Amino acid sequence: MAKDLEDGADHTKLIEEVLAAYPKKAQKRRAKHLSTAGPVEEGETEIVSKCDTVKSNVKSVPGVMTIRGCAYAGSKGVVWGPIKDMVHISHGPVGCGHYSWSQRRNYYTGTTGVDSFVTFQFTTDFQEKDIVFGGDKKLEKTIDEINELFPLSKGITVQSECPIGLIGDDIEAVAKKKKKDIAKTIVPVRCEGFRGVSQSLGHHIANDAVRDWVLTGEGTAIEATDYDVNIIGDYNIGGDAWSSRILLEEIGLNVVGSWSGDATLAEIENAPKAKLNLIHCYRSMNYICRYMEETHGVPWMEYNFFGPSQIAASLRAIAAKFDQTIQDKAEEVIARYQPLVDQVLAKYKPRLEGKKVMLYVGGLRPRHVVTAYHDLGMEIVGTGYEFAHGDDYKRTGEYIKEGTLIYDDVTGYELEKFIETIRPDLVGSGIKEKYPTQKMGIPFRQMHSWDYSGPYHGYDGFAIFARDMDLAINNPVWGLFDAPWKKSA
Amino acid sequence: MPQSVDKVLDHNKLFYEPEYKQMLENKRAKYENATPAPQVTEILDWTKSWDYREKNLAREALVINPAKACQPLGAVFAAAGFEGTMSFVHGSQGCVAYYRSHLSRHFKEPASAVSSSMTEDAAVFGGLVNLVDGLANTYALYEPKMIAVSTTCMAEVIGDDLNSFILQAKDKESVPQDFDVPFAHTPAFVGSHVDGYDNMMKGILGHFWKDAKRKENASVNIIPGFDGYAVGNIRELNRMLDAMGVNYTVLSDVSDVYDTPSDGEFRMYDGGTKLDAAKKAVNAKATVSMQEYCTRKTLELCEKVGQDVASFHYPMGVAGTDEFLMKMSELSGKAIPDSLTLERGRLVDAMADSQAYLHGKTYAIYGDPDFVYSMARFVMETGGEPTHCLATNGSKEWKEKMEALLASSPFGKGCQVWAGKDLWHLRSIMATELTDLLIGNSYGKYLERDLGIPLIRLTFPIFDRHHHHRFPTWGYHGGLNVLVKILDTVLDKLDTDTGTLGETDISFDLTR
Repeated sequence: MAKDLEDGADHTKLIEEVLAAYPKKAQKRRAKHLSTAGPVEEGETEIVSKCDTVKSNVKSVPGVMTIRGCAYAGSKGVVWGPIKDMVHISHGPVGCGHYSWSQRRNYYTGTTGVDSFVTFQFTTDFQEKDIVFGGDKKLEKTIDEINELFPLSKGITVQSECPIGLIGDDIEAVAKKKKKDIAKTIVPVRCEGFRGVSQSLGHHIANDAVRDWVLTGEGTAIEATDYDVNIIGDYNIGGDAWSSRILLEEIGLNVVGSWSGDATLAEIENAPKAKLNLIHCYRSMNYICRYMEETHGVPWMEYNFFGPSQIAASLRAIAAKFDQTIQDKAEEVIARYQPLVDQVLAKYKPRLEGKKVMLYVGGLRPRHVVTAYHDLGMEIVGTGYEFAHGDDYKRTGEYIKEGTLIYDDVTGYELEKFIETIRPDLVGSGIKEKYPTQKMGIPFRQMHSWDYSGPYHGYDGFAIFARDMDLAINNPVWGLFDAPWKKSA
Repeated sequence: MPQSVDKVLDHNKLFYEPEYKQMLENKRAKYENATPAPQVTEILDWTKSWDYREKNLAREALVINPAKACQPLGAVFAAAGFEGTMSFVHGSQGCVAYYRSHLSRHFKEPASAVSSSMTEDAAVFGGLVNLVDGLANTYALYEPKMIAVSTTCMAEVIGDDLNSFILQAKDKESVPQDFDVPFAHTPAFVGSHVDGYDNMMKGILGHFWKDAKRKENASVNIIPGFDGYAVGNIRELNRMLDAMGVNYTVLSDVSDVYDTPSDGEFRMYDGGTKLDAAKKAVNAKATVSMQEYCTRKTLELCEKVGQDVASFHYPMGVAGTDEFLMKMSELSGKAIPDSLTLERGRLVDAMADSQAYLHGKTYAIYGDPDFVYSMARFVMETGGEPTHCLATNGSKEWKEKMEALLASSPFGKGCQVWAGKDLWHLRSIMATELTDLLIGNSYGKYLERDLGIPLIRLTFPIFDRHHHHRFPTWGYHGGLNVLVKILDTVLDKLDTDTGTLGETDISFDLTR
C-alpha cells in the first residue's frame, strides 16, 4: 500500500533528507533540481501548478549515477535510427552501436537487410590506428561498401561517437565527396557523446542535420492535398505512430511524413509540403518544426494521444485547424471509439482507482502520460525528466497538481530514497530503474520501451496501456515477498 | 475497429488486422518512395548468393552486426564481482547508461555503475575535476567498500592519466588515503569486452598485490571470466570444488550480484569476492582461468608474483569438465570424489540415450573465443559437426587453436573458422552453406529468421529469453542443460516440420 504522503511539506522534508547525504558542492547543485509543484501565480490560466522552478538541462554531477545518456543516444538512438531505408553508421568504436542495437523498438515494415535497416548495427569499429591516423579514409571506404552491399538503401548517416570530434576528422568533407560519388544523401552528424549534457543536445544536432543535409532538396513527387499533415516526434515504439496515424486518417487527414518512426528518407524530404506539423515529442523535434514554420510556412501544433481525454481533446484541436468535414469526422471518430473507452474504463478503473504513480522518463512522457493515468483514476505523486528544458517543466504544470514531487536529472540515490519513502503503487521509468524498484516490492513498467508491449498511443493503444498497468499492479507476485516464517507481527 | 477489451490485441496481432494492413500498404504506396516488390525480392535472393558472399567477405572497413562489445563493459562486469564494489567509469556519461542497460537486459537484475560525466570542457581541460568530485560523491552516496575506475574512449583519446588523477583525488580527500581505488585503462578502440575484463582484473589484483609479501599456501584462485551464465556457472563451480574439498577463491564472483532475491530490499551490493580474500589470493599456489582470452594479462601478473597458472577455454561437456577437474585435483592434491564421477556417468548416459538425434547434425557457432572453442568441442562429443565457428573478437592465434581442436576429431573435418568476422558475414556463409543449427546469443535470431535455421541461445547476451543464465553450462550438470537445450531445439523442429494435419504429419511421432 502506498503511504499517504501528499502534501508539499512532507516532500520538502524528504528532499532535505535526501540532500543531506551529498558532499557540500554536489548538495548545492542537486538542491536546484528537486522541488514540489508550486501554486500558480495570479492570472495564470494555462497551468494548474508551477513546475518550472527546478533547474534543468545543465550538466550532471559526476559520480552520482545519473540516469541520462548522451548526444549520440539522442541522435542515432532517437531521431535518426528509426529512418528505415537509410543506413546509419555508428562511426567510432564498437560499443555505442552495440548497446543501442535494436533496443528502442522502433517498429517498421519492410525487408530487413534489403530495403530496411533499423535493426542493424553498422559501425566503423575504430581501432587504435584509426584514432592515431584519423578515420576519414575508413569512412569513405565504409560508404562504398554500404553502397555495394545494400544497393536499395536510400542514403547514409554518419553518427559520430566521442573520438570523432576529438581527433579532428572531417566527416562533412567525406559526406560531400561521397555524395557526389554515389549520388545518394549522406548526412554527417556531430553527435559525439561528450557534447551537451544529455540526449537532448543530440536531438537538436540531429534536427539541425535534417535541416542542413536533407531539407535542402526537392523531395520526391507526392499527390498533395489540403489535408496533408506530418506526425513529428513519434518514434513508433511498439507501433505508437501507427495507432496514431490510423486516427488521423480516419478523421480525413493524410500523413505525408512519419517522423521518424517507420519513416523513409522520402517522408523526411517531403515533409515541408504538408499543411500542418503535428508534434508529439516536443522535446526532441520542436527545433525542426520551428524551422519548417519559418522557412516553409508550415505551422505546427502539439498534441497528446495518451489516454482518451487527451486523444479526444487533441483530435478536436487538430480538426479545428481544418474545415467542417474534418471536424465532423473527428466527432464521429471520437464517438465511434467511445464504447471501447467505456469498456476499458469499466474493466480497469475499479482495479486501478486511487493507485499512486511515480514517473521518471525522458523529455515528454513525464507529463504526456499523466492524463492517461488520470483517466484510469490513478494519481501522480512524483514526476521528473532526464533531459527536459525549462519549457517542458512549464508545460508539466498543465498536467500535475500542486504538491507533486518534481525531480530533474534524478540520481540513483535520490530516486531510490523517494520510492522507498513514498512507496507508490507503480513506478514508470527505464530498464536501469526497473529491477531495483521491483526488488523493493513495487510494481514497475518501463515507460521508454513500453516494457516490450505497446502501442500506448491512440485508442487502440489505451486498451493495452490500461491492461498493462493492471497486470503490473495486480499481479500476485507482490504478495509473495515475505517468507511466512519471517513475517513480523 | 480491431481492438477489444475482452481480448486486448497486442502489437504482434494488432498490426496484422485488416485496417492496419491496409493503412500500411497505403503508406508504402503513396509516401514511402519504396522500391517495387520484385526488385526487393531480387536483391533479397542476391544477398543469399555466392556472389554476394564474396563481396561481403571482401569488406575491409564496414563492420555489420559484430558479435562483440567494448572494453568498459567487461571492466564493469569484472568489478561487480568484488564485495561492495562500485564501478566508476571515467569519461562520457552515456556509455555508463549503456553498460547498465545491457547488463540489466540480460540478467533481469539491477546493474549499478557511475560515470564522471565528462562534457566539452573536460574534453579540453581534462577530466581531473570530474574524477575528484565524482569519487567524493560516489563514496558519500553509495558507501562502497571499493571503487573500481575504468575509462570510456573519450577519456582515453584525450589521455587522462588515472593513476595520477586518483592520487590527486585522495590528496583532495575525495576518499580516504587507504580506500581501495583500483583502476584500468579500458579503451574501446582496442580489443573487446573480454579485454576489458582482463584489464580490470589485472588492475584490481595488481592493486591488492602490489606490495604484498607472498607466503604461498595450498589455495587455488579461480577467475571465471566474462560469462552471461556466471550466476549458474559460478555456483556450479563452487558445488564441484566443495565436493572435492578444494581450498579455493573465486576472483570476481558475480553470482549473487546478478541474482539478488525479491524480498522487499534492493541490494546494490551483494556477495562478491571479499576484498580481504582478494588480498590474500596473492598467497595462492596457483591461479586458474576458466577463460584464457579474458585473462591473458591477468595471468601474466599471477605468474609474475610466483603463482602457477593454468587456463581453460570455458570448459563445457565431458572432456572439458574432465580436464578442469583433473587440473584442480592436481593443483589441490584432492581426489575427484565418486559423486562427481557419478555425475559424469549420468551426463554420458544422457548423451548415449539421445545420440541418434545429434549424430551428424551440422552447426554454426559464434560468440566469444573461449565459448566457441568449448561449444565446438562439446558438439563434437555428441557426434555433431561444427561447420562454421566465428568469433568477431577472435584472433589469428585463436583461429589456429580452433583448427587444431577441429583436426583432433573426425567430426571437425571441413569446419571453417572465422576470426574477426561479423554476423552479416555469417549470414552469407550460412545462406550459401546451410547448417542444421545455429548456436549463439539473442542477436542470432535475425539469422534464424532470415535463413530458417533454428537458434540455440547459449551465450551472452540473451535478451529475449529469461533466466537461462541461472542454470549452469559448466560441469557435468551444466553439460546436461546444454544437451537438453540442443535436443529440445532439434525435437521441436522435427515436430514443427511434421506438424501440419493431413499434410506433413506422417511422422508426427509420439515417442522419439
